[in-house]
Amino acid sequence: MANRRISIPGSGMVKGLGVTLTTMFKTIFAPGKNLRTVNYPVVKETPVARARGVIALDQEACTVCMLCARQCPDWCIYIEGHKEEKEPSEPGGRVKVRNTLDRFDIDYALCMYCGICVEVCPFDALFWSPEYEYSEEKMGDMLHDMDRLQDWLKTVPDAPGLEQ
Amino acid sequence: MPEVILDLFANFWVALIGKVLLVALMIPLIGMVIGFAEMKLSAKMQNRVGPYFAGGRWGWAQLIADGVKFFQKEDLIPADADRPVFKTAPIWVLVGTVALFVVIPFGPGLIFRDLSVGIFYALAISSISTIGILMAGWSSANKYSLMGGLRAAGQLIAYELPLVLAVVGSVILAGTMSMSGIVEAQIEAGYPYIIFQFVGFGIFMIAALAELTRTPFDMPIAESELVMGYLTEYSGFRFLFFFLAEFANMFTMSAIAVTLFLGGYWLPGLSEDQLVYLGPIILIAKVFVLVFAMIWFRWTFPRFREDQLQSLAWKWLIPLALFNIMVTAVLKVVL
Repeated sequence: MANRRISIPGSGMVKGLGVTLTTMFKTIFAPGKNLRTVNYPVVKETPVARARGVIALDQEACTVCMLCARQCPDWCIYIEGHKEEKEPSEPGGRVKVRNTLDRFDIDYALCMYCGICVEVCPFDALFWSPEYEYSEEKMGDMLHDMDRLQDWLKTVPDAPGLEQ
Repeated sequence: MPEVILDLFANFWVALIGKVLLVALMIPLIGMVIGFAEMKLSAKMQNRVGPYFAGGRWGWAQLIADGVKFFQKEDLIPADADRPVFKTAPIWVLVGTVALFVVIPFGPGLIFRDLSVGIFYALAISSISTIGILMAGWSSANKYSLMGGLRAAGQLIAYELPLVLAVVGSVILAGTMSMSGIVEAQIEAGYPYIIFQFVGFGIFMIAALAELTRTPFDMPIAESELVMGYLTEYSGFRFLFFFLAEFANMFTMSAIAVTLFLGGYWLPGLSEDQLVYLGPIILIAKVFVLVFAMIWFRWTFPRFREDQLQSLAWKWLIPLALFNIMVTAVLKVVL
C-alpha cells in the first residue's frame, strides 16, 4: 500500500502532547486569536437570528383556545381567560362574544424548549425569540407572566420572505 | 530563628502540634493551588478562558469559592448506605495523604520524621487510601459506586507492584530506604538518580498516575460510564475531602518521585547552608513540574480500556521493573 507509513511506537502520544502544549501557549499568549469561547457577562455573543431562546407571546392574537397548554408535554403553560360580550354592530344584532386573556404564564423551570406550543398555535400568537438572558435567583421566579412574554415579542426577528 | 521559638519547639508536644497544624494547613493550600492550576491549564489547552471573575483577577479565588460552596451543601447519605462506613471513607482517603507528608524531606533536616524505612513506609501508607476508596464504593449502595470501587481496587492492587518495584532501583543505588538518606546519597554522588534510573522513573510516574486514578487511568471514576464512580453518592464536605485528597496526593506522589529520582531538594552548585532555605522552594518547584506533566497528560490522553490497563501493568511494567532491578543490582556490584 502506498499510504502506509512506518511510525515509531508511541510517537502518536508525543504528537498529542505537542498539540495540547502548543494550544496552551497559543491561548495564553494570543487569546484574541485562539479563544473559542467568549468571556460571557463582559462580552456577549449574538445568537443566530432564529435561535430558540425564549417563547414570546402576542396577547392580541391569542384567543385562549388552550391548544398550547394541552399540547405542552411538561404542562408548563398556565392560561386563564374570560368571555367578554361585545356590543352588536347594529341595533338588534347578535351579541358578539370574545375571549380575553387574564393570565398566560410559562414556567421556564419546567419548559424543555420543544416548541410544540409555537407549532400548534392556530393564530400565530406564540413565537421563538433569540433572547436568552432571563435567569433568576429562585426557581419560583422562573414563572414568567404574560407582560414579560409580550415584551419579548419585540425581540422576535421578522419572518423570512416567501420563496419565489 | 530566635532562641525562644527554638526552645519552645524543643518541647515534644509543642513540636507535634506545630507539625500537625502545618500539615493541616498545607493540604488544603496545596489542593487549592493544584486544583486551580488544573482548571486554568485545562482551559488554556482547550482554547477556553477558565475561571475569571472570582477574586477580582484571573479567578484566583475560584477554589476558595468552591470550597465554601461545598461546605454549604447538604450532607446527603443514601437511605440504603452503610452509614458508618460511608461517613468514615473520606477520612481514610485523606489520612493516607496526610501520613505521606511525614517522610517527605523538604530540606536538610526539614522532615517531619526521618524514618529509616521512609520509602517503605510511604508505599505502605499510601495503600490506606485504597481501602478508603473501596469503602466508599461498597457503602454507597449504588451500582455505579460499587463498579467504581471494584475497578479502583483492581487497578490500585495491579499498580502497587510496579510502583514498589520501580522504587527498588533507587534504593539499591542509595543503599538506604530513608527518604533524606536517598537525597543525601544523590548529593554525594553528584547526580540525580534519573540518569541511571530513567526506566524506574518512567514506571514510577505511570504507576503513580494509575494510583492517583487520573487520566489515562481514570476508569474508577469514568464519568462517561459510571457517573462519578465511587464518588457518585458523595456531596458536601465529604466530597471536598476526596477532592482535596486527590490533589494533595498528586503533590505527595510527585514529591516522592522527585526525592527518589530528581535529587529532592538539591540543585547542583548550592551549599548545605543555602539548601536549608532554598530546599523547600526547589523541592516544590520540581514537584510542580511533575504536577504540570500530570495535568498535561490528563487533558491529552483518552482513557484506557479495563483489560488494557491490566495487561499494561502485568505484562509490561512489572517485567520491565524486575529487569531494571536486576540490571541495577548487577551494575552496582560490578562497578
